[in-house]
Amino acid sequence: MSGGAFGTEVTAAGVASSVLQVALTVAGAPLLVGLMRQIRARMEGRAGAGVGQPWRDLRKLMRKKPLAPDGTGPLFRTAPLVQVATALMVAAAIPFVSVRTGLGGAADLIAVVALLTLGTAALALAGLDTGTAFGGMGASREMTITALAEPTVLMATFALSTRVGSTNLPAIVDASLKDAGRVISPVSVLAAFALAAVVLAEAGRLPVDNPSTHLELTMVHEAMVLEYSGPDLALVELAASMRLAVLLGLWSALFLPWGTATSTGVPAVAGATVLFTLKVGVLGAVLAAGEVFMAKLRLFRVPELLAGSFLLAVLAVAASFFL
Amino acid sequence: MKALLSKIRRVGRVAEPAPRRPAEAPMRPELAGSAQVRCVDAGSCNGCEIEIGQAFGPLYDADRYGVRLVASPRHADVLAVTGPVTRNMATALRRTYNATPEPRLVVAVGDCAIDCGEFAGGPGVHGPVDSVVPVDLAVPGCPPTPDAIVAALRRVTGR
Repeated sequence: MSGGAFGTEVTAAGVASSVLQVALTVAGAPLLVGLMRQIRARMEGRAGAGVGQPWRDLRKLMRKKPLAPDGTGPLFRTAPLVQVATALMVAAAIPFVSVRTGLGGAADLIAVVALLTLGTAALALAGLDTGTAFGGMGASREMTITALAEPTVLMATFALSTRVGSTNLPAIVDASLKDAGRVISPVSVLAAFALAAVVLAEAGRLPVDNPSTHLELTMVHEAMVLEYSGPDLALVELAASMRLAVLLGLWSALFLPWGTATSTGVPAVAGATVLFTLKVGVLGAVLAAGEVFMAKLRLFRVPELLAGSFLLAVLAVAASFFL
Repeated sequence: MKALLSKIRRVGRVAEPAPRRPAEAPMRPELAGSAQVRCVDAGSCNGCEIEIGQAFGPLYDADRYGVRLVASPRHADVLAVTGPVTRNMATALRRTYNATPEPRLVVAVGDCAIDCGEFAGGPGVHGPVDSVVPVDLAVPGCPPTPDAIVAALRRVTGR
């Protein structure tokens, strides 16, 4: 379903901009998490550990001795690598700084969703592989949430892609850059709300999952990674923060596309890089501030939230045909 | 939400100003700037747990020195062990220690963890923490103040 003429050609400059996006995501994702923790700490009246703390944690974890729990197999060892690899691929595919990405026709919305799901599935299997009660429980909850979130992503995607006639991400972003009316249309607004709920669910944020909880009754993502240690845990944490960054980046690319470079000229890309960092930083800050006022939803209420967002996505698709 | 917002604005910052940075270098260079702590209650009366809770509360805010509480010994660098080790907890403590990846440190929090304190000679008591796992740092007190706990954890991270 890649959109024919646009975005299918792969140029050296496009590859360079994709490499830039990947480097930006790897370096910036832990800082984004640090910023969000810092904002939360300040609102709670704390001093906070500083924006660089996630990087200090990662450095420490990389220096620790690897430890493989008894009874775990290759699945457990490879899952963090799969998660990081899929997050890197997604970071290269979504047009964060320039619509000329280095992946051409592969920069497809459906491919992006599939890659993110592959990462989730790998970690859920690793959770099962540990054979512990928490691992299995976390995996089952994560797959429940994913199964409910995926249809919404695809529906919202169709609403955005029917107008362009392509699911190619650069093509969608390019079309909305050329015609701002697309972004401020009812279709786009409905899809934006639908995708926002899904971003929260997929990134494991409140009210779906609490990233800082360690309570048995509420853990989802944390329960799956309880057995990881040292460098493996560093990869899991890096992947989790990159996931949050690319999901916020995807949302901003689809609904706040302004500033994304349409060429690969150095000044345009440099400006777009600064603007993109700013956009994701502001989105993260808003999310962190909003989370202070929110409690986690009871697990059995989560399907209601996700069903609501699916309804919005269906309305967006309907609206894209009628309006 | 409006009430919470006005409370956030009214209360402002409650964290007390940080005491001076520890003069010594971090105990293990690998753990400089970041240490995850797993609490193990080996038979404590829960007095020390309340003080540890305070140390990580907004007032003392141990988080700002790069210290964080974690749920799994696999994620931990530091085991904070409280209470005299009871017979029922000796094996659990040994297993927790073995599940913690190296480099790891054990902090004995409270008089009971150091020398069984009030409970020395009790029928269910196995012995102090260092009779089961090697102790790197001791925080005396019954219970130790949050200040003392934070000071000990700052020696680990060196911040």
